Formats: sequence, structure tokens, C-alpha cells
Amino acid sequence: MNMLKITDLYAKVEGKDILKGINLTVNRGEIHAIMGPNGSGKSTLANVLVGNTNFEVTHGSVTFNGKDLLAMSADVRAKEGLFLSFQYPVEIPGVSMVNFLKTAVNEHRKYRDQPPLSAGDFLKLMREKKAMVQIDSQLTNRSVNEGFSGGEKKKNEIFQMAMLEPTLAILDETDSGLDIDALRIVSNGVNLLKTPNNATILVTHYQRLLDYIVPDFVHVLYQGRIVKSAGKELALELEEKGYDWIKKELGE
Amino acid sequence: MAELIEKIAAIPRINEMFADNLTTIGNGMSEFMNNTRQPAMEAFQRMGIPGFRTENYKYTDLTRLFENEKFRRSFEPDQFEVDLNDIFSCDVPEFDTHLILVVNGWYDDSNSTHKPYPEGVIIKSFKKAVIENPELVEKYYGKSANAQADPLTALNTVFARDGVFIYIPDNTHITKPLQLINILRSEDDLYVTQRNLIIAGKNTQAKIMFCDHTLLPQNFIINNVTECELGEDSIIDIYSIQNQHNKTANLTGLYIRQHRNSQLVTNAISLHGGIIRNNLNILLDGEHASAKVCGLALSDKNQHVDNFTFIEHLKPNCRSNQLYKNILDDSSTGGFTGRIHVAPHAVKTEAYQRNNNVLLTNVARMNTKPQLVIDNDDVKCSHGATVGRINEEALFYLQSRGINEKEARLMLMFAFAHEVLAEVKVDQLRVMIDKLVNKRLRGEVSKCHSCAMDCIR
Repeated sequence: MNMLKITDLYAKVEGKDILKGINLTVNRGEIHAIMGPNGSGKSTLANVLVGNTNFEVTHGSVTFNGKDLLAMSADVRAKEGLFLSFQYPVEIPGVSMVNFLKTAVNEHRKYRDQPPLSAGDFLKLMREKKAMVQIDSQLTNRSVNEGFSGGEKKKNEIFQMAMLEPTLAILDETDSGLDIDALRIVSNGVNLLKTPNNATILVTHYQRLLDYIVPDFVHVLYQGRIVKSAGKELALELEEKGYDWIKKELGE
Repeated sequence: MAELIEKIAAIPRINEMFADNLTTIGNGMSEFMNNTRQPAMEAFQRMGIPGFRTENYKYTDLTRLFENEKFRRSFEPDQFEVDLNDIFSCDVPEFDTHLILVVNGWYDDSNSTHKPYPEGVIIKSFKKAVIENPELVEKYYGKSANAQADPLTALNTVFARDGVFIYIPDNTHITKPLQLINILRSEDDLYVTQRNLIIAGKNTQAKIMFCDHTLLPQNFIINNVTECELGEDSIIDIYSIQNQHNKTANLTGLYIRQHRNSQLVTNAISLHGGIIRNNLNILLDGEHASAKVCGLALSDKNQHVDNFTFIEHLKPNCRSNQLYKNILDDSSTGGFTGRIHVAPHAVKTEAYQRNNNVLLTNVARMNTKPQLVIDNDDVKCSHGATVGRINEEALFYLQSRGINEKEARLMLMFAFAHEVLAEVKVDQLRVMIDKLVNKRLRGEVSKCHSCAMDCIR
């Protein structure tokens, strides 16, 4: 069974059609990179998949481990194993990182009929995962993302991913705004979390990230459709030649 | 036409009630108090029933409430055979306080377990204090609560007979919080007048908590005035937790005069009530006095909560800081007016004010109005007011991590409220108020008193 199967997906935001017939299949163990020029619909696809209600699906279907993903609310999708690392993580003053993560982890456990973690076990888990993504201890004592730098916010996304252990992680431009060191740490975290049973979709503009996280497939999203799919060499070709040759291939 | 006649009749009716019961009202009280009643009645008649036409009551119209009420007044305490433990249990277990019970505005000695308190401290019925400690009461009674300036204070002064009297002599620290429980309990609709006087001497410390509750589903109006005198170097916290059913109008006036170096914290947590109007007046009447003034109101259905603050900086080098927040659900309404006056000679004043509000529905309504009058140039003042909604982006972020919408909303509301709760500096108290607010946001507080009833207001 495919982990994720997107069939002829159309979606719009604020009345404007953005996705115009996406087809994509992701299997466990795979890493997919989605590239494409600005405004082609990459972030829309990521948001539609995790259930952001600002985006309206008008046609098509998505199954996740055989279940109808589009019928689920955002929190259920998360508990089914889907995760989005946000491009712009929001600051939530007053909600502590600890309380937030504890609630999230225990909601996941409840969904799987597991008892909530004890305070001690939870802190132990947090320590372990913090070390994995090399996130500053001070940050987890603060409110969610409050006053975090751009890089810290992205690290915090990967930290949450480590805590929640999703089966499918979508990283929406996780590399943007990161310096070289942070990029390495973030990529390293993603690679450490990789198992034969989970999968990753990287949404990115740059080949640079793909030096650290090597994809099995590269797709080009253009005007709401996947217009080209190939192996990792496609990313290098795009880096070198830009998108014009693809547009030409499409007869534009 | 009939309605019009009734409107005209409201003030004369109250005046008539006063005239008819003059002897009873004055009975057992001292002359200095009784002498203030007639002028207060005249002031009330002049100012009228507070409503939209009264500038200070623009957001809280009480005309309909007063026009239609035919509530019983109790000029003598009802004879209750009350054991506090039978009728009331605080939502907060194991909370160690000096307990003071007030039933329908009358101090209940038999159920107050405030002893032993430090030497020299007096806690007793206001009525008793008028006779037994006249020199203390006369010195402060009606001095900061000016009956000529506010119609509700005037009305309170007309009918005042009992309440709580607290005296803390110089250099005395009361470590255990004083918990003053106001209970409303009547078989018929009741109008309650309560008058409290708190005198904190020099270098005193105390934490005083007012808890307002209703125990029976009748209609209530409570008109409560508290005067506080904070001596030099005193550190006094005044917390109030308002948790009454929807057929209650809780009209409070808290008047505080602060002397040199005194430090005040007030925090009004309005959990539940039909109409709540809190008047808070603070006179910073000594150099280097400071006041941290907070409030949190949670309202739903047709509830109405209006906080009106007036902070007067009379002396140099004083500091005031206000933080008020409201969360309004359903078709509830709210008001906040923050008036600050800095006198011409009150240089180096710092006065800050912030009011943030969240509306959970399209029909909830919030009015907010800062009013700063600054009569000298050497001050730091700021004010800010916002009215908004739950941040949808934050809500989605929490949901996307597996937290269901209801829980995510609660987390965000609690986060919003918590900034005010964090100002409660007594850990035990804060934990308790945290719990109450959490319960209230989950709709679990006071269910027994409000849900079974027809909540018209």
C-alpha cells in the first residue's frame, strides 16, 4: 500500500485556483523533493495536506495509509502521523513549550490508546530529543516560538518533529533563512529521524538542502501541476539551468 | 405610557423607602454616619440612576435594573441558622486563610474563623466597629468614597449599615491571607448594601481576598463600597473573585488612599455574574507610592462586565500600572474605562495602562476607553487598547500538532488570561485562581447556579 496517494488534486485559496491536478505517490522509506518557481503552489500543497482550512479542496482525493486524508481534521491528520514543518512558525505567547509539547505528545498517545507519559518520562524524552536536534535548553523554557530567531524557529520545528515521530514529514522551505551551521544541524536532525518506515517531502527552492538530505525523487511543480519528475540529478540540472528549459519543454 | 410612569417613579420610590425606614436605618449606628445619609440621598436624586446619559456609566445602563426592581431590602440581618460548612465549600481545597463570612451584606460572627490573628488586629462587623471603635471609623468613613461624586456610592451611603471592618495596627504583618466570603442567600429577590472599611497602618502587610458568591437562584442586587487606607510603607494586596449567577447585579466601589511608599496590588477576577460593575478609585497621596492594578473578566451568554478605574496621581514619584483583559463569548458585553489624572505638581509620575480583549463571537461587544489627563510635563505615561479574536494561525499551529480544536482554543484563551493571573504574587493564590479560570474556560464553574436557570440577563 502507498503511504500517500494524491490523485488529481485541485485546490484554491481566497477564490483563486492554485493546485490544478496534482498526482503524487509517496511510499515508506522515500524522500521526495518538490521544487518549482515562486507561486507554483508548493506551500499550498503542503498546507492542503495538513488540513489548513484556509485552503479549499475543489476536486481530487488523497489517501494516507489507505485512509481518506481529506475527511480528517488537522489534529487527526497529525495523530495519524502527518507533520508539517512550517515555513513561518507562529509565535504563541503564554503557551509554554513544555505544556504545548506535553499536550501534543499525550494527545498522540491517547489516539493510540496509550496512557499519558509521566512527568519524569516526558522530561526524559524531551532531553533526549533536544540533544538530537541541538536545540538550546533555554528555548524550551519559553513560550512557543516567542522571541525565537528565524533559525531557532526552524530548529524548533525539527525538535517537535523529533518529539512526535511522524510517519510522513513535510518540510516547507525549512532551509530558508538558515545559515550554514543551522542548515547542517537541521538536516542532520532530519537524517537522524529517518527510518525505513517513514517518509519525507522536502519543499525547497535550493539544491543546497539536497546536498545534506539526499532525495530519491525530485518533482517540479509549475502552475499547480507536477510537470516533471526524476531522480536527484534533476535538482542539479535545475540549479544550473533554472526553470526556463522546463517551461520550453511545456511549449511556453 | 405605563412604562414611562414607572421610570419617573424609580427615584422617588427609593427616596420614599429611605424616608419610611429612617429610624430603622439609623438604629444602632452613630450620629456621624446618620448625618451623611440625607445629603447622600440628595446627591443620588441629583445624579440619578446611572445609565447611558451618565458619562461614567456610558457602558453600563442600570436604569432598567432599578426601574423594575421590587427587591426586598434587609435593614436588619435575616435570621439564618447557618453552618458555613453545610452551605458552602470553597472550590479550593486546603487553602489556609483567615475566613470572614458575610451573608447578604451582614457580617456573620459565628462562622468567621479568623482567630487567632496578630495582636492588635481588629476584624469585626462594621456595625459593631461604628459603636466600639468610633474614632477609627469616623476618621476615615466617607473620606475617600465621596457620596457627592458617584450615584452608587451615594446610594450605599444612604443605606449602609454593615459589612466588614479591618484594622491592622502599625508594624503588623498578617501572613495568612484574609478571605472575605460574600454570600447571597435569600428566598425572595434581595437588594443588599454592604460597607467595608480597611485601615492598614504604617509598615503593615496583608493580603485580602474578596470572594463573591450566590447560593440561591433569586435575583440579587449588591451595592458594595469598600474604603481602604494604606499607611506609609504598607504592602497590601487586594484580590477579588466574582462568581455569582446570571441574575445578580454586582455593583462594587473600591476606594483606596495610598500614603508614602505604600505598595498596592489589586486584581479583580470576574468569573461569573449577570451585571458586574467595578468602580476602582486609587488616590496616590504620598510620594513613591505604587499601584499595580489588574483585572480579568470572562463572560458569556448575556453577561456584562464593566471595569471603571480612576487613578489619581497627587504626589510626585508615584507609579501606577494597569492591566485589564476580557474574554467575551456568546452575546456578552464588556466595558473598560481607565481614567488617569496626574496633578500639576505630581512630577516624575509613571502611569501605564493596557486593556486587551478577545471576542469569541460576532455578537459579543467590548467598549474600551482610556482617559488620561496629564497636568505636568515630567511624566511617563502610556496606554493601549486592543479588541481582537483568537489568533487563527496559532490555533492551526496547535491543531497541526495533534491538539484538537476545543483544547487548542482553551490553551490560547488560557494563555491570554494568564498574563493577568501571573500578577498574583502569592503562589498558593495564583495556583488556585489558575484552576478556577481554567475550570471557568472549560465551562465547569458555577454550573449548578447558572445553568439550571433561565438566564434572562
